[in-house]
Amino acid sequence: MRTIWAICKRELLAFFVSPIAYFVITGFTLLVGFFFFNHLSYFAQMVEMSSMISLRGRELPNLNQTVIEGVFHTMVVILVFLIPLLTMRTIAEEKKKGTFELLITSPVSVSQIVLGKFLSIAIVLTIMLSVNLIFPALLVKYGNPEILPIVSGFLGLVLCSLGFASIGMAVSSFTENQVVAGVVSMVTLLLLYVIQAPAESLGGTAAEVFRYLSPVEQLQDLLRGIITLKSITYFVSLIVVGLFLSQRALEAYRWR
Amino acid sequence: MRSRRSFFTSPLTVGLGAQQNGDAKVMIEVRGLSKSYGDYQAVEDISFTAGKGEIVGFLGPNGAGKTTTIRMLATYLPPTAGSATVAGFNVVTQADEVRKRIGYLPENPPLYGEMKVVEYLTFIAEIKGVVRSRIAARVEEVMEQCFVADVRNKLCNHLSRGYRQRVGLAQAIMNDPEVIILDEPTSGLDPKQIIEIRKLIKSLGERHTVLLSTHILPEVAMVCDKVVIVNRGHVVVEGPLSQVSRDKSLEQVFLESVSQDGPIVTAA
Repeated sequence: MRTIWAICKRELLAFFVSPIAYFVITGFTLLVGFFFFNHLSYFAQMVEMSSMISLRGRELPNLNQTVIEGVFHTMVVILVFLIPLLTMRTIAEEKKKGTFELLITSPVSVSQIVLGKFLSIAIVLTIMLSVNLIFPALLVKYGNPEILPIVSGFLGLVLCSLGFASIGMAVSSFTENQVVAGVVSMVTLLLLYVIQAPAESLGGTAAEVFRYLSPVEQLQDLLRGIITLKSITYFVSLIVVGLFLSQRALEAYRWR
Repeated sequence: MRSRRSFFTSPLTVGLGAQQNGDAKVMIEVRGLSKSYGDYQAVEDISFTAGKGEIVGFLGPNGAGKTTTIRMLATYLPPTAGSATVAGFNVVTQADEVRKRIGYLPENPPLYGEMKVVEYLTFIAEIKGVVRSRIAARVEEVMEQCFVADVRNKLCNHLSRGYRQRVGLAQAIMNDPEVIILDEPTSGLDPKQIIEIRKLIKSLGERHTVLLSTHILPEVAMVCDKVVIVNRGHVVVEGPLSQVSRDKSLEQVFLESVSQDGPIVTAA
């Protein structure tokens, strides 16, 4: 545990001494702010329209569904592109610079290296997502959205980003080239993001499988305020698979 | 008053050098070690030993398999055949035990550019399991020993080659290891730095076993007790320095042994 923490601390230092973390967090917040503004003005327009022509039986625009759910969904798309930038260096860089040789020949296990690094990314991502809680907070201050969907949605986003990060780290473990790691993780995450697309036309069991694998489908309930065991299990499995692959890749690296 | 060394409790590492022991304890034992990458045989059937408190010069021309052998001893690469023990533990089956007992400086010092020297060495102390309350004191001690205290607050990226090498060495001796493995520790240094590093290695050899890879012959003549010369993946000469260079200069021995594929000379 002490070793894991030592590795995690070192990684955090690398994130915050170099400009990477600041740029990624600022960029993310900027994008989310832009989309928040868009969703909010769209919501305002809808409210205005529904007050002018009040049609019976028409649903009134809902702050949670229109703004918060919309922004959270957009955040997932941004994460697909930003997380590879955070994870691509994690292990590829160590291999390139020869510090991996130092870690391996020290009394440190591969699992400790993987967990320490993952923990550091998890901390950076949680900071990044927490900064963006300012947007729902604004709504709570000036409107009256339901709190539960915000909380469960945030939990979903954290889990989802950890799953993405774990996959990005696994990809980084297979190569010593950071750019390759970045591109491959981005492609993998993008594929995962759209994996439910063929479900419509396929139908049957295949459709079920594709839907189950989709992080967007799995987030749906959490964003609506329903915490299900199924979606939690899905994201935790995603994290575990990524960590397992990283661990295997690093063990195998020495046996080339 | 407590001795400065007392917090490294292993009795093996303190004092009892080969000189006092009479019967030297074997700290590195290599038996028929081989490593191949596909068809390419980098190291073939290498055998040699190093006793406690010995500084062993590991010599050979470029591409002779020095680095590969050293990486196998440091548990970084698994051998394809043969076996090796370091400090009495097998480098494959007991790699964890070996890792606790070695200090290893690869050819390129494995520094984290974005860390300050003192931060880097503190990190090393943490992952090498130095007792928490002793970390700060130990880092100071090692910095003094390797003459890097004056750059403690510099980023590793901004260090000159000589300082990088010395920080690398500081890293290797952090946990007061029984066996120190150094891969060309003086390459790229200026003459003054070379002299300092050699002095340091010599002083380390009093209490530790040092395996020193190099292709600079005078260096071996100056600091080593024993030489092992490898060529094309084979050991061609092994023996105490005094015996190997008794009739001819070390340079002659080296040139003869690496230029021909003659019989293997063992002066032991």
